[in-house]
Amino acid sequence: MRIKRREFLKTAGGAALLGFGGISAFKVLERGRAEASAVLRDPKALTGKRWGIVVDVSKLNVETMKKCMDACHREHNVPFIENPKEEIKWIWKETFEHSFPETEDKYLAEEIKHMPLLVLCNHCDNPPCVRVCPTKATFKRKDGIVMMDMHRCIGCRFCMAACPYGARSFNWRDPRPLIKEENKEFPTRMKGVVEKCTLCYERLDKGREPACVEASDGALVFGDLEDPNSEVRKILGSRYSIRRKPELGTLPSVYYINVGGIEYA
Amino acid sequence: MLETALKGSRTYWIWVIFLLGVIGAGFISYLYQFSVGLGITGMSRDVSWGLYIGQFTYLVGVAASAVTIVLPYYLHNFKKYGRIAILGEFVAVASVIMCMLFIFVDLGQPLRVLNVLLHPTPNSVMFFDMVVLAGYLMLNILCGWYVLGAERKGVPPSAWIKPFIILAICWAPSIHIVTAFLYQGLPGRHYWLTAIMAAKFLSSAFAAGPSLLIVISLILRKFTKFDPGWEAIQTMAKTATYFLIVTVAFYGFEVFTAFYSQIPGHMHPIKYLFVGIDGHTKLVPVMWTCVALAALALILFINPKTRKKESTLAVAAVATFISLWLEKGISLVVGGFVPNPFERVFEYWPTIPEVLITLGVWGIGFFVLTILYKVAISVKEEAVFDKYGEKQIITDKI
Repeated sequence: MRIKRREFLKTAGGAALLGFGGISAFKVLERGRAEASAVLRDPKALTGKRWGIVVDVSKLNVETMKKCMDACHREHNVPFIENPKEEIKWIWKETFEHSFPETEDKYLAEEIKHMPLLVLCNHCDNPPCVRVCPTKATFKRKDGIVMMDMHRCIGCRFCMAACPYGARSFNWRDPRPLIKEENKEFPTRMKGVVEKCTLCYERLDKGREPACVEASDGALVFGDLEDPNSEVRKILGSRYSIRRKPELGTLPSVYYINVGGIEYA
Repeated sequence: MLETALKGSRTYWIWVIFLLGVIGAGFISYLYQFSVGLGITGMSRDVSWGLYIGQFTYLVGVAASAVTIVLPYYLHNFKKYGRIAILGEFVAVASVIMCMLFIFVDLGQPLRVLNVLLHPTPNSVMFFDMVVLAGYLMLNILCGWYVLGAERKGVPPSAWIKPFIILAICWAPSIHIVTAFLYQGLPGRHYWLTAIMAAKFLSSAFAAGPSLLIVISLILRKFTKFDPGWEAIQTMAKTATYFLIVTVAFYGFEVFTAFYSQIPGHMHPIKYLFVGIDGHTKLVPVMWTCVALAALALILFINPKTRKKESTLAVAAVATFISLWLEKGISLVVGGFVPNPFERVFEYWPTIPEVLITLGVWGIGFFVLTILYKVAISVKEEAVFDKYGEKQIITDKI
């Protein structure tokens, strides 16, 4: 029986591939090696002990806020859903009086009451959502990011009940058809899971600041709250800042400064 | 014993087929929800739990309330409950099955449900709830089935079952306390953040559960040869009466704390439920119906004349069951979410598929209950008790 050249090449090529594949699979599975590759980080990656954001409200205007929201939602394949009941929001606009409802004051200028600002997940140091999750699908990383594993989430929505900031969204339907322009670098989600801001962990790994911070024209400052020399700490050490619902003991990592500043009074 | 469920009267089969129809409609609706997602329900990003979790909460209570029968019988040797202890245990079995199904239909990714076991998380109350519910289900199936089997054979149950019965009695409150902890430990949900939640859960459960058993007992007296005993029914009525009073009082404590302290966050949900906020009044009729039924039930229960009359007792029991269902099965969950963390009001109302799925799960519960009761009644119809219900006299089996 004669083997045609074409067939020989196919068989040989296939065998070689299998062989190499086998060898490399063994190498990867070898203990130590896999761990080594798992901890291999981009040397440019940003590292910190507790990431936080300072929002300078005086620098926010409608245009900047839109840029921040668009940058985030485009990067993370957040679908555009018109129905407010089913909306997915990672970072969005909310008025001052609704973001800080406990500061009710009838003499406060209307401009300040209705002044919009940006709200997002607070990446609490003591996050109730992490406490309640029955599968550890949401967890706190060593750098303070409150993360979501959307592949493990069973969609029980206990975290949504636990979050006092309304920062969590649920995929009530398949979100994929509603993504305007898909970013192939970031995963899309399926129906039935909870999602929220992940503080751009994927960008930090590449040495870049979160998308909203980058797009904010300096209105949002990102940094390590545990590092006394970081810019965020310098701001917080010299300015009066507020956080959303600090009385609940969640220890939010998102601060607001210059609320109702001269620009708005 | 199970074979007795396959023989029955015409009424029995009509009832079974009716239940299967309800279950079928629910199942088809669930397939729709499974393919489209939970968007087919009335829930939203602001009111992210609804009817399903409400039913779960209510039924955990009904399940736990079996203890109001089992405890007096086994721990205090209250003989009059001898005939109905099994009825309480089987209500618990059917209720826990419904609880688990309601959690299941509420999941966004139901196929991942075993992640709860794969990644056990002791700090999550949800994880504990699953553990205690599964345990309670096993205990009730074991105790109920074994004791019934012994009764059928006309022998007293062996001693080894006793520790399991005691354990089931201790276990019962735990399922409802843990369920209350799901709610009462969440920061920022003012309506739920109250230490009296677990106590209120238990008291309302111990009013609703016996009420259900009163209704069931009255039905059994009418349609079967088995008589649960008028005295047993009257004792359950007293249990329901006291616990209904306690429940209404507990709710009053909540209202007092909110309105005397005048803390806005505490007053808002109660205002929303009873008078509405800014024209959002979807739950106002629900709450006032709840109040009216509770008032009616209290009058009929407390007045000895109406409590001792079969017809008015039935009305009181049904009113209690529905009133507490409106409170715990609907308004409790929604009240925690309205207003939302931004103090904006987004309302909730269940959709038709959501209601069909809910009815389907209730249908499964009643189906299980019917089968278990059919078995129990078939056994009990053959057994005759002496006038204290102490000694069983087994009639000649044909």
